[in-house]
Amino acid sequence: MPVAPERVITSPAPAPAAGPDRPGGARRMASLLSLRESPVVAALVVALLGASLFVDMFASGRNISFLLLSIAAIALMALPMTLIVVTGEIDLSVASTLALTSATLGVLWESGVPIETALWICLAVGAGLGALNGVLVTVMGLPSLAVTIGTMALYRGLAYVLLGDRAVASYPQSWVSGSRDPFLGIEGLPWIAVAVLVLAVLFAVLLHATPIGRSLFDIGNNDEAAHFTGTPVRWTKFWLFTLSGTVAAGAGVFWTLQYGTSRADTAFGLELQVVAAVLLGGVSIFGGVGSVLGVMCGVLLLGVIRNALQLFGLSSEVLQIVTGLILIASVVTPNLVARVRAARAPAPASVSAPVPDSTDRPHNGEQS
Amino acid sequence: MSTPTTAPSPSATGAPPAPARRAARRRPQIRELGVLLAVVVLIAATWLHNPGFLSHQGVRDLFLGATVLAVLAIGQALVLITKNVDLSVGSVMGLSAFGTGILFVTFPGLPVPVVMFAGVLIGLLCGLANGLLVTTVQVPALVVTLGTLYAYRGLNHWWAGGGQVNAHDMPESFLALGRIPVLGVPLPAAIAVLVVVVVGLYLAHFRSGRELYAIGSNADAARLSGIPAGRRVITAFAVNGALAGLAGVLFAARYGTVDSTVGTGMELQVVAAAVVGGVAIAGGVGTVYGAALGAVLLTTITAALPIWQIDQFWQQAVVGALILAAIGLDRLLALRTARKLRGGGARGA
Repeated sequence: MPVAPERVITSPAPAPAAGPDRPGGARRMASLLSLRESPVVAALVVALLGASLFVDMFASGRNISFLLLSIAAIALMALPMTLIVVTGEIDLSVASTLALTSATLGVLWESGVPIETALWICLAVGAGLGALNGVLVTVMGLPSLAVTIGTMALYRGLAYVLLGDRAVASYPQSWVSGSRDPFLGIEGLPWIAVAVLVLAVLFAVLLHATPIGRSLFDIGNNDEAAHFTGTPVRWTKFWLFTLSGTVAAGAGVFWTLQYGTSRADTAFGLELQVVAAVLLGGVSIFGGVGSVLGVMCGVLLLGVIRNALQLFGLSSEVLQIVTGLILIASVVTPNLVARVRAARAPAPASVSAPVPDSTDRPHNGEQS
Repeated sequence: MSTPTTAPSPSATGAPPAPARRAARRRPQIRELGVLLAVVVLIAATWLHNPGFLSHQGVRDLFLGATVLAVLAIGQALVLITKNVDLSVGSVMGLSAFGTGILFVTFPGLPVPVVMFAGVLIGLLCGLANGLLVTTVQVPALVVTLGTLYAYRGLNHWWAGGGQVNAHDMPESFLALGRIPVLGVPLPAAIAVLVVVVVGLYLAHFRSGRELYAIGSNADAARLSGIPAGRRVITAFAVNGALAGLAGVLFAARYGTVDSTVGTGMELQVVAAAVVGGVAIAGGVGTVYGAALGAVLLTTITAALPIWQIDQFWQQAVVGALILAAIGLDRLLALRTARKLRGGGARGA
């Protein structure tokens, strides 16, 4: 694990004036709304206001419902991804897991397995796929970026092996519309959005208010130190990957029922959108920093922009440029802010490790 | 082809004792020999199964198929060695391919070499932007290039506006590039071989090339020992971009039809090829020979599957399993080398 994570971004070490103080209960508050995610929260507020004011149909119940449905799968996968990236790892196989689960559901349903049973089998399959990632990362000690690039191809390939270029689309209509039904009859609030919200709260509590969450940050900051202070680093990572697979499987089931089809090329490339949303939400790719709130805002921000631009009549091409620029801006801004602050703060004479100038940093928290 | 690897190190960094150095050096060689062996066995077995596989046409298809991926993988290897990654190569290649095509449409009189150069230049500029972002603002490459992956692709979509450039828009002499044989191999493949040799020699024998390994192994240590890490990383990204541009030009010459979706999803295949060829994602390890061999292996598998009458749908699963096997093998070899190094030290003491 390349050490010295977050040297530049959150802790302008010599200048404790403005930075969030690490120790104590204030830390929890700081991690809830730190420098890193306040831009995304602000951007989301601006985007929401702008869209409701200037885009005609945006604030209608129908459209909000459509918007929430379109981001539900990404939001689901982003939750465990947040925890994984906080520990300094990454899971690029989530979209392929989604597709393989969807294909499994299709094959099971075709062969006459009752759908309730098939759903549980799918979740178990997802857990197994995630566990395989976890074993490869923790037992064999392989870098998760490489492992999940491999399983991304493997799981997607297995989805093709199961379904080929066929589609299974004979799902019962009641199930297909189920996830889209409004919650308690409230228009604009699909049932799945409530489910995602509940899960998000659970993940937020897990990450920000439990010893387990605390240990995830410790692992991300320095997993060797975490290991020596008694954190079961490997077990934790293993369960995180298993959790990620299970949730991706849940997203796969939802996706299948939402669109009423299983296809092997489902959600192709979605893993990068999930990672983009997580990073946009202020989670550091080096681990140790991040919040569920920020990530959910990131997911929502991308969804709102996409939706508003579409309603505005702009093409999805523009959206791609905007997505890319937002992502870059979201990582550049905190750096610039930190630099400006560091430049303004009177530098103490005893600065031990000056910020390396104009040089690169390792691209992520992979370990050898 | 796989011999030079990392051997003649001018040992810019403190050299470990001789036996240890030899053991450490041997690893990449084993690694590339393994991939080479896999390619040879696969080709031989497929040929025995169906001699049509190595027909004149078959070989040419194989060469051309591997060329684009190999050129991309060589550039990616440069970046990976510095412990960075470039996810935007698919988009850069698409941008350059479309740029090449559109130049022929807008300026029909332009000489072919000028257009090709322009295509490479587009890639170079994209790579330069990546490198500058990564180094000057100290943003992790994974994030930057994930951003530019979308930005460049969006730019291409916006530019192309759903249109496409067809073969009849391009001059015959350009399209013929894919067919002209040089010493028996198609010109694009010859270009790829030239690129791999030049970059390989550079990495193995030039001080600035060796420094890329030092940066990837320990960027802080490299910086402290006076290596201009930022500049080297920018160069790696720029060269990678230029090679992605070259791949785009070759793509346009080979297929003749270019739209804004060229190269979509290619980035992970490229990283996969490099990883299969023994370039470690953790930086500091690997050669471009390995990366190119990895690309050849992936392409050969794709070409061989139908001949073994294995469903095409198995292809991606095989590629995935191969990546996992490659990084697993790498890990085992690394552990063995580490044990050997420890053992050697004990004997010496």
